[in-house]
Amino acid sequence: MKELNINEKINIDEILNDLENYAPRRKGWHWRKPLKEGTEINGFKYFQISEPLKNSLPLPSAHYFGNIDPQPEVNITSEIASGRFEEDIRRMRMAAWYGADHIMVIRTLGQSHMDGLIEGTPEGIGGIPITRKQIRASRKALDLIEDEVGRPINLHSYISGIAGPEVAVLFAEEGINGAHQDPQYNVLYRGINMVRSFVDAAVAKKIMASADMLQIDGAHNANASAKKAWNVMPELLVQHAVNSLYSVKAGMKKGNIALSTVPPTTSPSPEMRINMIYALTIRELFKGYRFRAQMNTRYIESDLMDATRIHVLNAALSRLTSADLQSTITPDEGRNVPWHINSIRGIETAKHTLISMDGIKKYVKIDEANVREDIRNLKIRAILMLEEIIEMGGFFNAVEEGMFVDNGFYPERMGDGIVRQKDGGIGAGTVVPRDQDYMAPVCEHFGYNNLPAGIIKDCDPVGGCTLCHHNKIKFLNELDEDDNVQKRLLDIREYRKKDLIKPETEWSYDGVIQIDMTIPESSEYAEAAAIEICRKMGLEDPEVISIKVLHPSEGTYVELKGKVPFFINKKDLVLPKKTEALSEDVLFDFCKKRVIKVVAGTVGNDEHNVGLREILDIKHGGIEKYGIKYVYLGTSIPPEKMIDSAIEVGADAVLASMIVTHNDIHIANMKKLNDIAVEKGVRDKFLLIVGGTQISNDMAIENSMDAGFGRGTKGAHVASFIVKNMMKKA
Amino acid sequence: MIPRKDDFEVKAKRFEKMSDEELEKYFWNLTEKIVDPLIDLAYKNTSPSIERSVLLRMGFSSLQAKALVDKIFEKGLLGKGAGNIVYRVSKDQNISMEQAGTELIQGRLWDVVQRIFEGVNKA
Repeated sequence: MKELNINEKINIDEILNDLENYAPRRKGWHWRKPLKEGTEINGFKYFQISEPLKNSLPLPSAHYFGNIDPQPEVNITSEIASGRFEEDIRRMRMAAWYGADHIMVIRTLGQSHMDGLIEGTPEGIGGIPITRKQIRASRKALDLIEDEVGRPINLHSYISGIAGPEVAVLFAEEGINGAHQDPQYNVLYRGINMVRSFVDAAVAKKIMASADMLQIDGAHNANASAKKAWNVMPELLVQHAVNSLYSVKAGMKKGNIALSTVPPTTSPSPEMRINMIYALTIRELFKGYRFRAQMNTRYIESDLMDATRIHVLNAALSRLTSADLQSTITPDEGRNVPWHINSIRGIETAKHTLISMDGIKKYVKIDEANVREDIRNLKIRAILMLEEIIEMGGFFNAVEEGMFVDNGFYPERMGDGIVRQKDGGIGAGTVVPRDQDYMAPVCEHFGYNNLPAGIIKDCDPVGGCTLCHHNKIKFLNELDEDDNVQKRLLDIREYRKKDLIKPETEWSYDGVIQIDMTIPESSEYAEAAAIEICRKMGLEDPEVISIKVLHPSEGTYVELKGKVPFFINKKDLVLPKKTEALSEDVLFDFCKKRVIKVVAGTVGNDEHNVGLREILDIKHGGIEKYGIKYVYLGTSIPPEKMIDSAIEVGADAVLASMIVTHNDIHIANMKKLNDIAVEKGVRDKFLLIVGGTQISNDMAIENSMDAGFGRGTKGAHVASFIVKNMMKKA
Repeated sequence: MIPRKDDFEVKAKRFEKMSDEELEKYFWNLTEKIVDPLIDLAYKNTSPSIERSVLLRMGFSSLQAKALVDKIFEKGLLGKGAGNIVYRVSKDQNISMEQAGTELIQGRLWDVVQRIFEGVNKA
């Protein structure tokens, strides 16, 4: 397939083309490749980073640091849940550019209760229906995306529910790299029969192991379900242990088993101390296993800043202990829509925190004497729980008694645990003993199997299986003529062809925007007023997604979403003209022949000089690198001094940096620069160039300047403007 | 469970002399006691999803696998293994696996199945 073009959207039609003949180019999980400790990037030493990306979008402040984008050595997850795989794919690409390499595709509501596989490309709720066509298309798209960013990307979904073994086969065949698998999740949270769940799980796990998939368990759901989540810590250890050891016994290697571990509590509890002890305990008990550091979701409200704070601290804890995989979550469940931007922000939160705490354990050590008693306390609580489960007659009996997700700090019990019956739940009575002549003539089958003697491979009797021969797989296309990707693409193709633009939150042309406002009223009136304001602005279906009382009577901050009912036509848009930079060769060549001199400074009462330094300094790719000589006058320079210095050094240009102010001081300063130069009879001796983040060329020209440069300007742009003018004069 | 107070201090006394390594070892021994009967259960049993996963691996589509396993389950033959039934019918009739599967889905050749597996039904 043709590689992706950075300047074009990913082409879904090309992904779908010849999909029936696509085979995954590799199988198995990919860990990042760590770089040597002490690797230097832009003069900084790093101890916990991995190979860089070919294409990426760095953290916001990166432009002050030579645009570096160091990648932590830990894989970073992004959860994708639009319900349409063709839209998921676009978000995967965004996430990959920000540094996610573990794409977790959420399944549609209710798929865990589907007794069998789903086919085609139907739309889902809160995630996609996992079908062969959808995951194959997603994997194929990720092949292109990973080539674009320059790092393998893991695709992940769920092998839970009542069709676990089949989904496991599907994933192994299609090169899916990781999956959630934990029979306890089925039992406790999905109401699936416990016997069925455990019997199915062993088969699913063996198949996962054969494809070298990473498994993530489901114990963290106890944390997400309990009211007093900090109290379930002993149980979390028990649940992790049951699934981990069960997986090993089903044929998985420890290094492919990741514990989904969540810092159990958050502020206003003294979270760091409690979470730290838990993190240390679990890492001591589960040596050789992997740790997937899941962000806390239990206590996240719809407040984005709150979620960010919690997640920064969660990721900080990963650095103070350890993690192999760092998850990212957004508070979008409470905000009704999974926004593209919040998924990206989640990744940035993880990346920022992990990089910021790079190598911190070199300086900070846990005080062993102070933590030991608490760690032992937790271990013993978990041991006591295991003992009682055995006394009760085993795992199933313990579930029947309500041992799990009880809000008491074990051995304390509140009596509010989840109760399930061994002979109840979905799929009860469907487990059948394997007869003596039971046989499954396929590879990687767990359990008793009366295969004929003398065969080399288990699938020899049937002439090979799909795990050995990809071309034996039966690819089904669409089963529903109305609910499929082609139908969904009809409008989108049309809009794109017409160059129509509409904002989006998760789907192309969904029209959803977010708007925020502060209303100086109590929350009830603020909410009602905010909705009315959105209606008057013409937004359809306005809905409050988050609310924050600033003071009971002084004001309320409201965030809303609503739909924009109109399109913008791309053809009608007039874009501000961009200065074309000359080629490096031309610039170097010209500056070699003719020495260019400039004077530069920040004009007016302004102490900012970072932007200007970047335009000037060789280190930042500024004009100095071409051989342009500059005299830097400093900050808060009066216009008179700028002009006088230009005369004194015989400058070819004046570079005046300024910020745009409410009271138009910047305009006054531009006029002053011009007037003084005219007064002194030197207006034609040099160029007057202004710059600043909010300066535009039009604004500069209107105020008698020769040029204005705004956000995103590089030294090359400014040098090009000067050189072009000098070429004209010559 | 019946609500009860945290009596950890009392219960934890007998672990006082155990080192952390001993605690960890004991933790995993106990876990093994819980997990072993479960894994044994999985070893000896099968389910409709497991049998469908076998048929998928043999190259049947998900629709075929579902139709066939539903029939096998109804007839109480799941304990033979769905793949096994298809395999034995194909050998017996000298037809391909695919054809054997298709015939069975369409309700044919079940008499052959009965004949082949008669007598070996009870383990």
